[in-house]
Amino acid sequence: MAATSMAPTDQAEKHPIGLTIRDGVKVYPGTRALKNVDFDLRMGAVNVLVGENGAGKSTMMKVIAGVERLTSGRITIDGRDVVLTSTKDAARHGIGMIFQELNLFPNMTVTENIFITREKTRAGFDIDMASLREETRALMRRLEQDIDPDTPVGDLKVGQQQIVEIAKSLAQNARILILDEPTSALSAAEVEILFRVIDDLRGQGVGIVYISHRMDELIRVGDYITVLRDGAITGSQSMEGVDIPWIVRHMIGESSKDFAKEIAHDFGPEVLRLEHIRAPNSHGSFDVDDVSLSLREGEILGIYGLMGAGRTELLECIIGGNTTYKGEIYVRGERVSDPSVAGRIARGIALIPEDRKRDGLIQILPIRENMTLSSLSALTKGIHLSLKRELGVVRDFIRRMTVKIASPEHEVSSLSGGNQQKVVISKALMTGPSVLLMDEPSRGIDIGAKAEVFRVMRKLAADGLGIIFVTSDLEEVMQLSDRIIVMSNGRISGMFDIADATETKLIEASARGHGGGHGGGHGSGHPPAQPHSPAAGPEGRGTEIHAAEDASR
Amino acid sequence: MTDTTNPTAARVDSGSMLLLILQARTFIALILVFVFFSFAAPNFLSAANIVIMSKHVAINAILAIGMTFVIISGGIDLSVGSIVGLCGMVAGWLILNGINLGLGWSIQFNTFEIVLIVAGVGVLVGAVNAFLITKLNVAPFIATLGTLYIARGAAMLSSEGRTFANLNGNPEYGSDTFRWIGAGDMLGIPVSIWMLVAIGLFAAYISRRTPLGRYIYAVGGNEKAAALSGVKVTRIKYFVYMFSGFCAAMVGLIIASQLVASHPATGDTFELNAIAAAVLGGTSMSGGRGRIGGTIVGAFVIGVLSDGLVMMGVSAFWQTVIKGLVIVGAVVIDQAQQRLQAKVALRAQAALG
Repeated sequence: MAATSMAPTDQAEKHPIGLTIRDGVKVYPGTRALKNVDFDLRMGAVNVLVGENGAGKSTMMKVIAGVERLTSGRITIDGRDVVLTSTKDAARHGIGMIFQELNLFPNMTVTENIFITREKTRAGFDIDMASLREETRALMRRLEQDIDPDTPVGDLKVGQQQIVEIAKSLAQNARILILDEPTSALSAAEVEILFRVIDDLRGQGVGIVYISHRMDELIRVGDYITVLRDGAITGSQSMEGVDIPWIVRHMIGESSKDFAKEIAHDFGPEVLRLEHIRAPNSHGSFDVDDVSLSLREGEILGIYGLMGAGRTELLECIIGGNTTYKGEIYVRGERVSDPSVAGRIARGIALIPEDRKRDGLIQILPIRENMTLSSLSALTKGIHLSLKRELGVVRDFIRRMTVKIASPEHEVSSLSGGNQQKVVISKALMTGPSVLLMDEPSRGIDIGAKAEVFRVMRKLAADGLGIIFVTSDLEEVMQLSDRIIVMSNGRISGMFDIADATETKLIEASARGHGGGHGGGHGSGHPPAQPHSPAAGPEGRGTEIHAAEDASR
Repeated sequence: MTDTTNPTAARVDSGSMLLLILQARTFIALILVFVFFSFAAPNFLSAANIVIMSKHVAINAILAIGMTFVIISGGIDLSVGSIVGLCGMVAGWLILNGINLGLGWSIQFNTFEIVLIVAGVGVLVGAVNAFLITKLNVAPFIATLGTLYIARGAAMLSSEGRTFANLNGNPEYGSDTFRWIGAGDMLGIPVSIWMLVAIGLFAAYISRRTPLGRYIYAVGGNEKAAALSGVKVTRIKYFVYMFSGFCAAMVGLIIASQLVASHPATGDTFELNAIAAAVLGGTSMSGGRGRIGGTIVGAFVIGVLSDGLVMMGVSAFWQTVIKGLVIVGAVVIDQAQQRLQAKVALRAQAALG
């Protein structure tokens, strides 16, 4: 599929550059998400984009899709400078983006979804349904899909819904199509269909940007590859000669950052043991499939894996947020029988959820009340809550965790991501846990706060806490863990001691078993992990939400 | 947000000042309403009138206190008006008939026992609400709309739509003191006002100084996060709806005692007045925010406004319009306050760097 050896001029002829970014800089308060990037988007080809969490992939694509604006730099389309101020604006220039979380109305039909806000009307108000239906049929023929225009979108499979999203973009004459981790929720068969659609579109001259973490997919589908690291482009070339080690090298860099020096300490006795945990999902398969593991005091166990691998769901089983799982959990050798979260907290388990905004914090309550929410009983005599003691404990944690705040009475939503995360960690630590579960603890926080969070983790482990932390960041998992478990499709697909773990081994293990009909990532009610960018919220269904989230950080 | 480092100090001050005024707005409104009517309406400030007005207000305020907890927890309780009616009928039935087990004799109750039973009925309806909402996953609006009709219908059925009159009680059974609830006083202050004070203090204490209160706010602010923090969400919801039912039962008793009669249509649309008082007092309909003190002041604003307008001779139709305007205005100002509050906090945070 990929063009075989061609001279540069050949490339330019076959795959003309449709869009370029020159010297693109994007600054968010506290972070530079893009640092002078130069990017060429080639038409009639698949331009793949890789990079770790927060490397800037999504930011760059949002700039192209009109969701975000460059702080400085130029975007040109077909040689002309353009300023894209909104998604509508971008659509006018033939750019469509399909977000990881689909942006559809499940209660409306395929036709209604495709033409939403652009309905063809007679006399300005009467919707010409027949002609829209005909156009939908034509689009489906173009995509070679057999989807009835009158089916409610909610009745379609996730893969078909994605096709509808693509049709929606094509209906607006999209010439550039951005796909953000399109396969993360698809089964193997659906992935094949999507790839065929991508192939067709490429043949029709559409320029496709393809973001994914799955290396084998990238190599299979891509014509050109661009690697981002920390907001800068570290590699950009045609796909020819590119293999997984090449990608990993450019993603991670030669010299890796040092997050925290190892404080040498011995592990204590076993503090947590899981036996055959299985969590069914609503699709008849398992989010977590027969996971057994053991954790010792003072040990940091990293769980690496792709989105939808079942990592978040596993932690939910341990904390008691999921009550439908089967299997046994032991804390310090004793079986945990209380299914409630409160019971688990009482047994010394604490969770730092992946999505701070949705699961970790109560945004409209003050910092103080958020911090003590899990440990109020310790501050209560009879039914009387001692506000004085509460404030004392809160002050103590603010100091220990170096949370930067003006007043503990301010709403927690006024804090930056890093400080919010420290509030969540404080809340968990106040319960006096012996096992700490951390789900993507560095997500959406800047590099300084990240280093502090990691320092705290090290120190807690040295103090004898057992820590399980979930991450999609290779570097992080390699730096912090004493032991690494890789999950794929709900199963443990690899277990490595830190001494013999390598990036390549982890990536290979994380792709193992994919395409095994795991279609349940979405819609199962659980938040799918979203490893690609801190800027994209999990509820990032629409562009407005994305923008608002970024602004609030 | 990024460039506000130096000139913030002065702006923070003026912002905080404005914020303070906005926060106290319901109280300021109450004072304004008071001052206005003391000039515009004759005898408005007489002790007798103040007592009468307070008795009117107490009914709505007690309902609104229960409603405030429900709204803070992220729900709504439309059934309180019907519970008032049903509980009044239960009280009337117990005084007139006792409980007839069909054995040729009946059980009669004294006033205290009647109060307990009636309170139990209110709490029970609240528990049904909570059951529907937590276990059967019915939206609070729909669940309590259902119990609104059921309770009202039950009240009608209890007397075939007739009024239970002459609830003077029977000294033999110890129920002759029933009238004291509505007509009696302690230290010159009516019993219903004392009940308002007691319920108000209790609720305010719960909300500010107990884990339970904190959990109510947490559930309303973010139910998922609260659950993951170990809050027993179901239990909290049971408490708020049962407490709301209890408040409604108390109001049912007060009205039945004041009128010495109970009519099954009593309490119709009371739930709307209770919601209005809570909202006027700064309770957020989306949950997580609100204060008992604010709600009581809100109930006073509504009560004083309507009584004052009556005394001025304003038509009942205009009264309704004015009440509506006040509520809408209050919510608009509330929005402005929220925005300002967030801005002040962000600025203070930005000043830290």
